[in-house]
Amino acid sequence: MQKFEYASPTTIQQAVALLGNEWGTAEVLAGGTDLLALMKDFVVTPKRLVNIKDIKELKGITMSGAGLRLGALVTFEEILDNAQIKQKYPSLWQAVAGVTSPQIRNMGTVGGDLCQRPRCWYYRGGYGLLPKDESGKPLVADGDNRYHAIFGNEGEAKFVNPSSLAPALLTLMAKIKVTGPKGAREISADKFFVTPKAENEREYALAPNEIVTEIVLPSASGVKSATYEVRQKEALDWPLAAASVALKLDGKTVKSAKIALGHVAPVPWSAEAAEKALVGKPINEETAEAAGVAAVADAKALSHNSYKIQLAKVAVKRAILQAAG
Amino acid sequence: MAEYKWPAAEKRRLIGKRISRIDGPLKVSGKAKYSFDMNRPGMLFGRILRSPYANAKVVSIDISQAEKMPGVKAVKIIQGAGSTILWAGDEIVAVAAVDEPTALDAMRAIKVEYERLPHVVNDEKLATVPDSAKKPAQEKIQGEPDKALAEADVTVEGYYGNAVITHCCLESHGQTVEWTDENNVLIHPSTQGVSVIGNDLAKALEIPAGNVDLKMDFIGGGFGSKFSIDRWGIECAKISKLAGGKPVKIHLERDAELQVAGSRPSMYAKVKVGAKKDGTLTAWESECWGTGGPGGLGTPQLPYMLNLGSGIPNYKAKFINVATNTGPQRAWRAPSHPQMAVITLGALDDLAAALKMDPIQFLLKNADMFAPRTAIYKEELAKAMEMSDWKNTWRPRGEGAPGSTKYSKRGLGVSMHTWGGGGHASNGDVIINPDGSVELKMGTQDLGVGTITILTIVIAETMGLPMDAVKIHLGSNRYPSSGASGGSTTVGGVSAAARRGSVDALTQLFAKIAPMLDAKPEELEAVDGKVRVITNPSKAVAWKEACAKLGSQPITVRGVNKAGDRELTNSGVGGVQIADVSVDIETGIVKMNNFYAVQDCGLVLDLTTTESQVFGAMIMGVTYSLYEEKIMDNATGKMLNPNMEFYKLAGALDIGNFKVHMMTGKGYDERGPIGVGEPPTNSPGAAISNAVANAIGVRVSPIPLTPDKVLAALANRKGGSSNAKI
Repeated sequence: MQKFEYASPTTIQQAVALLGNEWGTAEVLAGGTDLLALMKDFVVTPKRLVNIKDIKELKGITMSGAGLRLGALVTFEEILDNAQIKQKYPSLWQAVAGVTSPQIRNMGTVGGDLCQRPRCWYYRGGYGLLPKDESGKPLVADGDNRYHAIFGNEGEAKFVNPSSLAPALLTLMAKIKVTGPKGAREISADKFFVTPKAENEREYALAPNEIVTEIVLPSASGVKSATYEVRQKEALDWPLAAASVALKLDGKTVKSAKIALGHVAPVPWSAEAAEKALVGKPINEETAEAAGVAAVADAKALSHNSYKIQLAKVAVKRAILQAAG
Repeated sequence: MAEYKWPAAEKRRLIGKRISRIDGPLKVSGKAKYSFDMNRPGMLFGRILRSPYANAKVVSIDISQAEKMPGVKAVKIIQGAGSTILWAGDEIVAVAAVDEPTALDAMRAIKVEYERLPHVVNDEKLATVPDSAKKPAQEKIQGEPDKALAEADVTVEGYYGNAVITHCCLESHGQTVEWTDENNVLIHPSTQGVSVIGNDLAKALEIPAGNVDLKMDFIGGGFGSKFSIDRWGIECAKISKLAGGKPVKIHLERDAELQVAGSRPSMYAKVKVGAKKDGTLTAWESECWGTGGPGGLGTPQLPYMLNLGSGIPNYKAKFINVATNTGPQRAWRAPSHPQMAVITLGALDDLAAALKMDPIQFLLKNADMFAPRTAIYKEELAKAMEMSDWKNTWRPRGEGAPGSTKYSKRGLGVSMHTWGGGGHASNGDVIINPDGSVELKMGTQDLGVGTITILTIVIAETMGLPMDAVKIHLGSNRYPSSGASGGSTTVGGVSAAARRGSVDALTQLFAKIAPMLDAKPEELEAVDGKVRVITNPSKAVAWKEACAKLGSQPITVRGVNKAGDRELTNSGVGGVQIADVSVDIETGIVKMNNFYAVQDCGLVLDLTTTESQVFGAMIMGVTYSLYEEKIMDNATGKMLNPNMEFYKLAGALDIGNFKVHMMTGKGYDERGPIGVGEPPTNSPGAAISNAVANAIGVRVSPIPLTPDKVLAALANRKGGSSNAKI
């Protein structure tokens, strides 16, 4: 295997100083559930691995009146075991519960969940993030794209964002705190993910020498939230489509709604049309269905994934009904 | 020649009882050492460079860089310039190095130039398969199918099928090989053929068979894919030789395991089947095709179980063998039977629905066509109905069984199956030691199915001893040879050999002891740890005391079962399964509620391990029905899901509740033990497919029944046509 340097800094400043200005020369190691497999398959070949697990500032869950703070190294299992998160941020907790492997929950971190790479089988097979064969012909459009994007798939990126937490974070108005050599900055969850246009770009709005340090969520007081994943298996399985919703109600009427889809686009997909369809309405099977229909009105299937449009619609409908209880 | 038989029912102390497998604690505690766990002193790590192309000619290979790398001990070209490669993942070069990373680096330093050729990797859409990949069609005809179909009161046409799946052994294929001197080899393989593959290796290495010492204590899955020494086994020995005889370990990486180490052929069919108004089957017509890789697959015997003279009187079965550039097929638990069941029992289920008949009543109506097991199936169908509460739970197709809601539709489906499973040739040495301990040495293996346990039961039962008095030695080719474990032939073969050996060893012991008890040898029996006079049980001597009379010489007797011998074992079993599913009609996701299996396998030696075998088959059955598919990419010619992430397997929460009933007692026991590895894997695809059709009112095909296919079938139904055309 390719030799690499292994660094184990204990402060954020040390960590970012160890990262380079280009993608791929150094990689950040947290839980390692994704990175190690990528390295073993030579999909990524860093010269340096920066282990951030020894940085204490990146750990810990804090809940206050102002909201929730998750250190980037908080594991999925820590969230699953946290009764307050389950009660106040059910959509987040449910997204975590959807990862049905104890091993991955024990190792996988929230920062890693946001920065993991796409599961596209052409990408993992070594054909690139925007996969092409040896002659330069794109592989996804005419290939087996049963698990690929139904939104935002006009460009070369046709993979789906694999983050389990992203839809919940978008709808809960989370902010992602990141730090680089020039200091710290905050990116709202809906701006954190980007669609790469070239092979050397990444799927998130970090600079190559920035790391995610924490995730901050405002108070969810009065917010009803839920995540619904359409998964074929109960055993560890990627969702075919997922939706998170966060609703504020005025009596029985929806005052405001945030709805986002996961596993349907290169980025977590905000469903504004569904939000509009729901505001001012009571929640029932018909309004939830209508929101689902609105959510997928602009979906565009590739050659083998039209069924995902139906699944995305159902995910939105069921997440809404689940949030309303 | 002595006559041998199994103990009468009232005399069975261990046989047929619930006994946990002896090697269970070793496995769950991690103490069991699998071949994969073997790390020999000074061992080198081998890797194999594989072809990235599905069809190509090797133009040139440059191994010079790899050879120069520090730590690299051997580099050997397997398929050199000029070789034609017929599937992605085929072996090109083997390397051995001091550690895994170095072996990997060496592999990546090898330069191979290929001339790419066009490939065919998918066969479901037969119209898109070039004619060059199709072998000439074969057709079998009985009676007058065209006329009978024209005259049938009811006919249905449908499409049924099975995708290619892999074996996906948790312990991948491979071995560690070393040369103990110039001419002698020690191999620790993961194999189903302990007595077989050593000889194959010797032949390939051009050394005498006796120079290969093969050892394997535990195996982590085979399912029919580990009968051969395989090219990686032979090359492993050759690079060990190149490296001065040092031990070399090659076990396939997960991606290679899924690409090249075994696949179950696909099988698709368009079927037309006809019956009289009263449900009597009259005619069948099928056009079937499938692929088993470059060599294709054996001709399916359609209609399944009904192609004999007693079966459907008029049929026409056409088959087209498709050669594809995919890893070659290997036997997968009951070759062709699960696929043929999906096609045949699926079509019969659609016909029953068109006749507005309960599918079980339809099968009973035509039970005579399933000769020679008509009586067995009748009993098993009755039992399966009772277990599943069929009368209260089954509803006509599309109506939804009780518990159905607006979006969740419950359905029940039935299937039947058969398998041979006659005991294979087997030899084992039964040893009674002067200290009273008993041993068996046999050149077979326990695939995890209970071979050690049932051999202990047979010997302990025969000698009237507790099970812990008996020690079983398997897993060496130095022991008397036994057939490979496959095709459900093991239990019949090894138990018959062990029974004969035990009876004969006991006879020798009786001859020694008889004078002491003032009796003739034939007047003695071994019961409860004693040797005693049958007619006067108080005249007895303790087992240990009796054995002490042997002096320094143990009794060693060869127990033999010859292939085809039906004295103590038999062939041909029947089974019935009922699946109970719920289908989410908004997402197309199928969930198992309950799954019932009724199975005959002759004399059950151990009820617990037998049921476990059936459970295992049902788990594999759920998995291949709902999830598994070797997904091949037309553009690159490669497998897209050579991993455990997208090669989906069921977990504990996905399989539902299982209930198993073994048919035992009169009419079954007297046939002797018959293997049960194969038969219960045959029905799940059909039973689950039929349950889904029953739940949602439309046939979903082919398996696996993934959400995309379920939703497409539902959409077709709403549009007024269905792919089952009924």
